[in-house]
Amino acid sequence: MRRLILIVALGVWSAAYAYAQPVFEFQSPAEEQRFRHLTSELRCLVCQNQSLADSHADLAGDLRREIFERLRAGKSDQEIIDFAVRRYGEFVLYRPPVNTFTLGLWWGPLALLLLGAILLWRAVRRRQTEPSERPDADQLRQAERMLQGQDPIENDKTESSP
Amino acid sequence: MRLLRYLIPLAIFIGLVALLAVGLRRDPRLVPSPFVGKPAPTLDLPTLNDPAQRITNQMLAGRPTLINIWASWCVACREEHPLLLELSNQQALPIIGFNYKDDREDARQWLQRFGDPYSDVAVDEDGRAGIEWGVYGVPETFLLDAKGTVVYKHVGPLTPAIIEQKILPLARGQAPR
Repeated sequence: MRRLILIVALGVWSAAYAYAQPVFEFQSPAEEQRFRHLTSELRCLVCQNQSLADSHADLAGDLRREIFERLRAGKSDQEIIDFAVRRYGEFVLYRPPVNTFTLGLWWGPLALLLLGAILLWRAVRRRQTEPSERPDADQLRQAERMLQGQDPIENDKTESSP
Repeated sequence: MRLLRYLIPLAIFIGLVALLAVGLRRDPRLVPSPFVGKPAPTLDLPTLNDPAQRITNQMLAGRPTLINIWASWCVACREEHPLLLELSNQQALPIIGFNYKDDREDARQWLQRFGDPYSDVAVDEDGRAGIEWGVYGVPETFLLDAKGTVVYKHVGPLTPAIIEQKILPLARGQAPR
């Protein structure tokens, strides 16, 4: 049992080095905070569902290095984002910008949900306000006669003939 | 009025089918280059054969040029390589190689083995120049016009169709097909 624990521990410990990535030395917590913010706001173009912060792709590493160097050089957050957008287009923004072009993307689901809710409400309302069919006097008399066996039961298509 | 109740969902359905027919056939992984229609980004790299010599933007001006991003470790590059060799044999337009994140010796040997269609090869060892050009995968190909404006960018291996319908017409100054 102890050997098993030892083997598992060694395996887990050595696996930690499989993901060794260059570590950046930040001069201040604020700088590190900006770095984390920027790398999570930019998309990795290789693994396109991940941000630069999460991706292990080579290009992501290169771009993280570029961001770090620009932070050190005193560039503002907006300047660094512009640097990426100028080269890769707006797709590099992990959070799509809100502009007339992306209006459908941001508001589409909500709009469709509201549309569906409205249609549903109208359908329910219609069913509630539709007057239920009340039989008139003639129909009531005919029903009486049918019940007493005086009139043949007509138009009763649901009963199968014996 | 009855008819309308059936027509509206049908119309919505047809609209949805049309939308999906267009959208689903596109490759969501392709990222269009923001440089198309703009002057080419900075190019200032050493050449493969002689590190003391450099390739710069000035050398690209004067005639339409193809810039092909490649590497010896890139398998897809081998797919398009025969097409590039053919283009260079036809002398249709100069092809500048952009060796991306590669080892110089590997690159040289690769060209010796598979043929060299490039009039010159620029070497970007750490990938920084690639970032300047918005390179995110290999191979990629840029078409520049005589003034050095990016006219077209293709991501992935070139195909005969792309060359016939986009690159050659654009290089001749015609509209692509």
